[in-house]
Amino acid sequence: MMELKEKLLSSFMAFEANVDVDSDLHNVRTEAIKNFEIKGFPTKKEEAWKYTSLNAVLKNDFSVFPKQENVISHVEVKKYFIHEIDTYKVVFIDGVFSSFLSSTTHDGLDVCLMSSALTKPKYKEVIETYFNKIANIDDSLTSLNTAFASEGAYINIPKNKIADKPIEIMYLSTGTEAALMVQPRNLIIVGENAQVQIIERHQSLNSNPVLTNSVTEIFVQERAIADYYKIQNDVQSANLVDNTYIAQKGHSVASVHTFSFGGNITRNNLNFYHQGERIESILKGITIIGDKQLVDHYTLVQHAEPNCESHQNYKGIFDGNSTGVFNGKIYVEREAQKTDAFQQNNNILLSEKATINAKPQLEIFADDVKCSHGCTIGQLDESAMFYMQSRGIPQKEAKALLMYAFSNEVIESIKIPELKSRITKIIATKLGVNMGFDL
Amino acid sequence: MLSIKNLHARVEDKEILRGINLEVKAGEVHAIMGPNGSGKSTLSSVIAGKEEYEVTDGQIFLEGEDIGEMAPEERAHKGIFLSFQYPVEIPGVSVTNFMKTAINETRKAKGEAEMPANEMLKLIREKSELLEIDRKFLSRSLNEGFSGGEKKRNEIFQMAMLEPKLAILDETDSGLDIDALRIVANGVNKLRSENNAVVVITHYQRLLDYIVPDFVHVLYNGKIVKSGGKELAYELEEKGYDWIKSEN
Repeated sequence: MMELKEKLLSSFMAFEANVDVDSDLHNVRTEAIKNFEIKGFPTKKEEAWKYTSLNAVLKNDFSVFPKQENVISHVEVKKYFIHEIDTYKVVFIDGVFSSFLSSTTHDGLDVCLMSSALTKPKYKEVIETYFNKIANIDDSLTSLNTAFASEGAYINIPKNKIADKPIEIMYLSTGTEAALMVQPRNLIIVGENAQVQIIERHQSLNSNPVLTNSVTEIFVQERAIADYYKIQNDVQSANLVDNTYIAQKGHSVASVHTFSFGGNITRNNLNFYHQGERIESILKGITIIGDKQLVDHYTLVQHAEPNCESHQNYKGIFDGNSTGVFNGKIYVEREAQKTDAFQQNNNILLSEKATINAKPQLEIFADDVKCSHGCTIGQLDESAMFYMQSRGIPQKEAKALLMYAFSNEVIESIKIPELKSRITKIIATKLGVNMGFDL
Repeated sequence: MLSIKNLHARVEDKEILRGINLEVKAGEVHAIMGPNGSGKSTLSSVIAGKEEYEVTDGQIFLEGEDIGEMAPEERAHKGIFLSFQYPVEIPGVSVTNFMKTAINETRKAKGEAEMPANEMLKLIREKSELLEIDRKFLSRSLNEGFSGGEKKRNEIFQMAMLEPKLAILDETDSGLDIDALRIVANGVNKLRSENNAVVVITHYQRLLDYIVPDFVHVLYNGKIVKSGGKELAYELEEKGYDWIKSEN
């Protein structure tokens, strides 16, 4: 069996043969594959990947291009969508766009395909301005994605436009391939004073191994508001490396909520870059895992301008042999006076064998800033358990209620009510109780 | 109602209860008094089913049923209520929703349907008025940032909501000023009936002026060393616990 790296490098040639070598993108892709060739897949020797090894996953004989177009009926996958409300949908099956399951638009805003944006002349200027402009070109997995970037969601909300309904980006894997690697690439531009809410989900429909190496670039312009929600509740054979890069202009507000409840290895690289004053960045997450699952949050907030705020709040509950990693970096440049950066990471270990590795990193070069971080690792409060049980709440429900209350700060800030109740339901299922958590 | 026979219990290697015998009939109020460290709080925790304590001998019956092996929630479903000396703070869970959950889980355990929302609201209104509790208070996180008095009042509010057969009030008077004490005692008295019983655990006689006991027991060194009527409480107040200590 050929090593995955070799396979990807040789596939790149075949991939290149099918694309226009005269386009500017050709150079971008060539540079990217070179970087990947030099760096390869990350290993535990790198500080940023100290606690997360992809080695076992990379041993799978992944197909890097899906061989066929697959069809799924709506009934099969309805439950993965926020079907209680109307939404725009950009849906992919094994990396290929499904027009049947999607609901795209060009009416007042663009919710469509990356493949169109990358190839059609009318998007040329936008692609030149934004594509691969905020993504970290030194990062090997981001480079790998860039090299193969051809499909994903393209969302462009013009100036002053408030998207009339949330947008769902859904990547489904059918398992038709014995093992599949996909490289989705999303580009999202939220124009000046515009607003949008986006929900992203990756979902495998059977237990064949999947490795998703996703890159999302989000540009939030002056005074715009972007709320992004990631639902990670995949099956045990699914692996996800999510690389999200957000560039914010002055007075904008961007939030990312990451709900990690499933999957084998989930790595979230979430990066915020400030390009203006009075910016607000919000990073929140809830992780509830067990078995041998691993969820690794690697966040960066780059405070580069004065008077900006960032708030991070990550809650983790770890059972079984699961592993959690939280590496939160706040970088405050010398110019970024009056920065208000806050980071909190609270964890509960439910089992003796569960592990959490937490590492807050503050690098501050300005002298007039307010930066704080707090990290806690604890167990479930036994006295609270007895108190609740003595009032008639059974042990399992009492435990669930405590864990829900622990996560509630993050759940409370979900702005889409239907999504909030969906997340609540997923948590109840995850905790094995039938409760409404009507707190 | 409650029948405790030769109860021995220990925590880790330390024996705390050394043969308790107690009979509480429906409609009665019993007071258990005793110096610090005599085992009063241990007794209440053991009756409620706290797992830290190991029952090494003896039995506890509620209405003739041995509850010794039951989980705390099962005991609660059978009608036991413990008002905590130190109520636990539970951030993120409001008083109202905690009560909703407790009542509906109890009903679920009995095979009954959940209480309809309007009925629940009516019950909450009625009982919060009884304990003179502000409505705003009910939406706050359970016990979080409550004053000592608020916590105790909230305990009795929960008791009123759950209508237990046997209520054990563990040092409910500690940390209460005279007004709060009056409100709490008044709440307890209004809940008393021929069908339920109350066990008041206290260090001082003060509470017993308000919740008048039928029987008073003195606990010392893990045993009930003296029992009598309410006059025993006055005698204790007058002579102090040294009187008991010197006799035993």
